[in-house]
Amino acid sequence: MSGTFLGMPSLPVFGIGNLHEHEPFPKAARRELGNPQLRANLGHATRTIRDKRLAVVSELPDWEELREAGRAIKESVMTRLPELLEEFEANFTARGGTIHWARDAGEANSIVAALIRDQGATEVVKVKSMATQEIGLNEYLEEQGIAAYETDLAELIVQLDHDKPSHILVPAIHKNRSQVRDIFLREMEGVDPELTNEPARLAAAARAHLRRKFLSAKVAVSGANFALADSGTLAVVESEGNGRMCLTLPETLITVMGVEKLLPGWEDLEVFMQLLPRSSTGERMNPYTSLWTGVTPDDGPQNVHLVLLDNGRSAALADEMGRSALHCIRCSACMNVCPVYERTGGHAYGSTYPGPIGAILSPLLTGITAEENNSLPYASSLCGACYDACPVKINIPDILVHLRGEDVDSKRGKNRRKRAMPSQMDVGMKAASWALSSGKNLGLVEKALPLGRLAAGPDRKITKLPGIAAGWTQSRDIPAPPGQSFRQWWNKEHRAARPDAAPAAGTDAAGTDAPGPGSAGTEENP
Amino acid sequence: MNARADILDRIRSALRDAPAVPEVPRDYRRSSGLGGEELIELLTDRLLDYKANVFIEEAAAVPQRLAALLEGTGRYAVPHGLAESLFAEADAHDGGSGRRVTDAPGQRLSVEELDGIDAVVTGSAVAVAETGTIILDAAPDQGRRVISLVPDRHICIVRAGEITAILPEALRRLDGTRPQTWISGPSATSDIELERVEGVHGPRTLDVVIVRG
Ligand code: SF4
Repeated sequence: MSGTFLGMPSLPVFGIGNLHEHEPFPKAARRELGNPQLRANLGHATRTIRDKRLAVVSELPDWEELREAGRAIKESVMTRLPELLEEFEANFTARGGTIHWARDAGEANSIVAALIRDQGATEVVKVKSMATQEIGLNEYLEEQGIAAYETDLAELIVQLDHDKPSHILVPAIHKNRSQVRDIFLREMEGVDPELTNEPARLAAAARAHLRRKFLSAKVAVSGANFALADSGTLAVVESEGNGRMCLTLPETLITVMGVEKLLPGWEDLEVFMQLLPRSSTGERMNPYTSLWTGVTPDDGPQNVHLVLLDNGRSAALADEMGRSALHCIRCSACMNVCPVYERTGGHAYGSTYPGPIGAILSPLLTGITAEENNSLPYASSLCGACYDACPVKINIPDILVHLRGEDVDSKRGKNRRKRAMPSQMDVGMKAASWALSSGKNLGLVEKALPLGRLAAGPDRKITKLPGIAAGWTQSRDIPAPPGQSFRQWWNKEHRAARPDAAPAAGTDAAGTDAPGPGSAGTEENP
Repeated sequence: MNARADILDRIRSALRDAPAVPEVPRDYRRSSGLGGEELIELLTDRLLDYKANVFIEEAAAVPQRLAALLEGTGRYAVPHGLAESLFAEADAHDGGSGRRVTDAPGQRLSVEELDGIDAVVTGSAVAVAETGTIILDAAPDQGRRVISLVPDRHICIVRAGEITAILPEALRRLDGTRPQTWISGPSATSDIELERVEGVHGPRTLDVVIVRG
């Protein structure tokens, strides 16, 4: 299909997966701020990388010209996205690759699992990919009986520790060397018990641990940094060589990539390969970049697949003010310069995409009314450091303000999209405001608490919720609500003991202490 | 509707405001005035910064350099397109070509074989002095991607004529559809406290022989 769109304009379809906060940002931030080790690790790491970035950026006399070219190329890609996708598809296919289209996380996951099963494989090696993290691929594969081994050192640390990444470039930025050693000693089979905390020794331990896996893997799963429409070429930028291993050794290669990663052609790569390494690791060039175009006979994987992922990208594109968030090349410069990120770390943002870019991208992909993501646009002091650092000049502060407006409008019911169809969030908010408006109403809601326990299994965990909450429970369990609320407990324990106690009514505010967006001191400059 | 049609429709619908396609200003440097010795010097400086080892040689001295570098290593792999004469000196030391294994069409080295090999010697397609980058494009003197990956030491020959100053100049000399590996120093990680450590999964030692003339 090609040509102009003639049908009825459709309502945007938002993304699902690991794109949501688990709790409002101010609350998560407050907890993370209470962890001094985390703050020390983060402070050291972001300072180091900021200095390195500044040094290598100031070396280039044409940095601003490169940024401007990068911005314009990305903008032109977005305006021509349908035709570029079709052009890419034709070229990739002509060279022996197979393209799959996935509307959302669920579709992408089942496509990947089916491709792995076709090979009779029960394990895959993976090279760091934001897209597969966004769709919760590892969790899904595990359910399907397929083990996915992360091979990037930081991802390996995080995976071994059953933790979550906290930075898009250095996912284990919140761990220091001694913590890493302890994780290796605890979780890595056959590791030398004398292992020290020297980074070189730790890297050597990871090399030994993964070597066999690389040499025997039949299937690899990767992301991609860039895709060139005019040739069907894909690019992966990395440091350790784990990417090269995954992209070269296995017979089958499955790449998952968001539709926005396209570039028109070869001559655009020269712009982005100057912008990306200097902005991300603060190096003149990253140690390794691999490019492949479909299948090369006799060299590398002979069974090559690409899953093109929407998962809310088309919805983000529909937001005229916000669509430039899709220009992001995931360099992470914005988080390294962000005063809020430096203190809270990545976990406070909940989503796969943390920091300033996450604060705009996550709600754009999921919709501003989705779950808790409406507090993300407030996770900023609007100081503008992210805009200055961004290699493709995404005006993050402007989009933050725009999304705050959307959020306020949606709560007032002004937003066109939301007025057409009240979202579950709107309904939920209405219910909450009714419940909290008086103690009597709240008491009625509390009577329904045992219903929540029915939704939970015997292990007292709710593992699947319908509707908008589905994304939330997809990769995590939430504890079932208690059999009685704090208010009920208080009344039983205290009022009952006081014969003169008034019946349960009134305006006590138990359970209403969750702060509203922006109320936790994240608004002012440090 | 199938997923493809659906996604393309959603994207077209998202663009119904018909945003204008912007001009792309390419005012960045696309060529440089550098040449000859300046390029060799700059490339050397950048490679040393990445902790690669650099040797600058006249063409006639390359076999001797290779023999010296290979001294003490076990077996080493070479792609079939690399001139045999480069190894005359090493072979003389060995009393034959016993340590050398060639990866050739129809005679491919398996991954297991490569895992048992200590080093690989390859040529290169083009280099970028400013960023210290050497680009391999799987031509016959560079071989399949896997041979320069699995052995722990990569000895890479860069002819002076291949060196460009900046990335746009280098990419103009390449065909984007060939499988490419861009190499800027030995494998490294900065994942632990952002301290750069050389040597993770790729070759932990990178020796670069720059050939003058
Ligand atoms: S928004 Fe800009 S600075 Fe932030 S990760 Fe994306 S490209 Fe980098």
